[in-house]
Amino acid sequence: MRIVKLKKPNLFTFLDVISKDVELWAPIKKGDKHVFKVVENFNQIELKTTRTILPPKKILLPPYLSMLDISKGKYKEDFSHATKKIIFGIHPCDIHGLLILDSFFKQAFNDPYYLEARKNALIIGLSCWPDEYCFAKHTRTHIVVEGYDLFFTDLDDFFLVWIGSSQGDDLIRLIPDIFEEKLSDEDIQRYMDWQAEREKAYQWSLNFTALTDLMELKYHGELWEKLGDACLACGSCSMVCPTCNCYNVMDKQFLKEGEGKIIRHWDSCTLEEYSEVAGGENFREKRYQRLKLWYTHKLQAFISKYGKPSCVGCGRCLATCPVDINVRSVGKALLGEEVDAFWKRLNKEVRQ
Amino acid sequence: MNAKMEGILNQKNPFIPEPARIVRIHYLTQDVKFFQVRIVEMEKALSFSYRPGQFAMISVLGAGEAPFSISSTPSRPGLLEFCIRKVGSVTGALFRLKENDLIGVRGPYGNGFPIEKMIDKNVMIIMGGLGAAPLRSVLLYCLDNRDQFRSVTLLHGAKRPSEMIFREEFFALKQREDLECLLAVDEDDTGKWTENIGVVTTLFSKLKEMDYQNTYALVCGPPVMYKFVIKELIKLNIPKHQILMTLERRMKCGVGKCGHCAIDYIYTCLDGPVFTYWDVLHMRELI
Repeated sequence: MRIVKLKKPNLFTFLDVISKDVELWAPIKKGDKHVFKVVENFNQIELKTTRTILPPKKILLPPYLSMLDISKGKYKEDFSHATKKIIFGIHPCDIHGLLILDSFFKQAFNDPYYLEARKNALIIGLSCWPDEYCFAKHTRTHIVVEGYDLFFTDLDDFFLVWIGSSQGDDLIRLIPDIFEEKLSDEDIQRYMDWQAEREKAYQWSLNFTALTDLMELKYHGELWEKLGDACLACGSCSMVCPTCNCYNVMDKQFLKEGEGKIIRHWDSCTLEEYSEVAGGENFREKRYQRLKLWYTHKLQAFISKYGKPSCVGCGRCLATCPVDINVRSVGKALLGEEVDAFWKRLNKEVRQ
Repeated sequence: MNAKMEGILNQKNPFIPEPARIVRIHYLTQDVKFFQVRIVEMEKALSFSYRPGQFAMISVLGAGEAPFSISSTPSRPGLLEFCIRKVGSVTGALFRLKENDLIGVRGPYGNGFPIEKMIDKNVMIIMGGLGAAPLRSVLLYCLDNRDQFRSVTLLHGAKRPSEMIFREEFFALKQREDLECLLAVDEDDTGKWTENIGVVTTLFSKLKEMDYQNTYALVCGPPVMYKFVIKELIKLNIPKHQILMTLERRMKCGVGKCGHCAIDYIYTCLDGPVFTYWDVLHMRELI
């Protein structure tokens, strides 16, 4: 892996050169939060952000995606979402999220809609600093060694730039003069100090190793019914989760006969109709059953298949759930910690 | 990843339905229709190879797509058959179609029955109601390859004679000497029913003695049926991993992507819909 140095004032010059013919996406301010958006003006780009409202999955697989165009009764593939893009400013946890989606969408059958979009997107990662919700350190997703083309570590007046792929190297070669190949001992020390500080900045921890067994051991625990009572089944946790990828499919018919579209749109297993089959039979009628599925999948089932949880510690469920059901509260409740405080809070805020 | 799956990886876009023409439609019962379809492109129609117990995604333009068990047998290639009950919007649209109309077909998907393991074993097929749809495939397969299996037994239960799917077909099978065919209805509203009256489990008392350790029992029916049938099968000492059942789940893709059929760490569309009784005990939420 090659690591080069870029002085901060040169960032926009670089972005300008590489985004000549492609869409450049980056975190941009929206209210007091941030979102990934197509950049119109480089000054919009926020370098010091925490999580965006929605993870970068929204760029690769938009919430509503046209899969097939139907014309004169014939199907035609629609890859209009998979345009060439550069996504700048993806944090390590979200890069891990993409890696999880990569392995999922290649499992058994290739999903061309994801893989085509992924192939056409260059990923430029950006370092971040944890806030009170982040726990990527405990899912071991706060650092990345793969899954990006370039990775920028922000050391105030300069970036250290990891070159992660041949395409990433090509980007550097578009304007090689602004990059410094040689790093001084001082630069390296700056990075080491920064990294050590960042390790210490994570404010809370969760024992993910124990959670897998606890999901099994406490599967029938009353904990779930209590959580189910509090859950609003709104599906927000799935929308904001970087690894949630369930979808529903609908046919859209145009007025003209034989014309239409087949659309896939984000879905969530916490929604009531999720497991309902024709005739009205619902395999997960109760909220707690659906919530349990969500957590079984993240904390246990994914591990059986891929050896790691499908939670990357981004903290979005913490920042989003209106009733504080998230990986932290459920994890801590499973571990037997903070249960009382959690129920007290739930009772206070939700029940009354 | 197994070899079967690797082969499928070469497929370009698994989401594009293959146009298929409805060759024949007729009513099996008041609300179940039999569809015989043929993929329009001749080569694809003949090379559509599947195993009994697999399913296909069927689509009607504008109405949507849903999974259906294949009721025909791969031993009679070219035509695909489905038994479809009118319950929702896709099936409603299918019911409005006429012979010669076009539908979309994707598949085959799922694991299907482990036919190789059933060779030289007794095969017992137990179906209730629309459970006949997936099990007819394996029944016909066994009959077409009769010398590969030891005894073949069919137990079929329906509410009323008029609701017995493939009634004529199964009655005709009673003439065969190489097959034990036992039929039952919960109640006879015709007064002309000559077979057993009672739920499907009442047929177990009529079974001939056989080597149950070397028997595969294949079960499909309404959810309530499984509990009682499995109890009988366990009583007969059929090993848990030789009791096979095929399950229903909501599915939007058939290829392990949409997530709706997920149970624990498995996807019904990839790892099922055929599961053993051991799987059911081992994995929560299966039935």
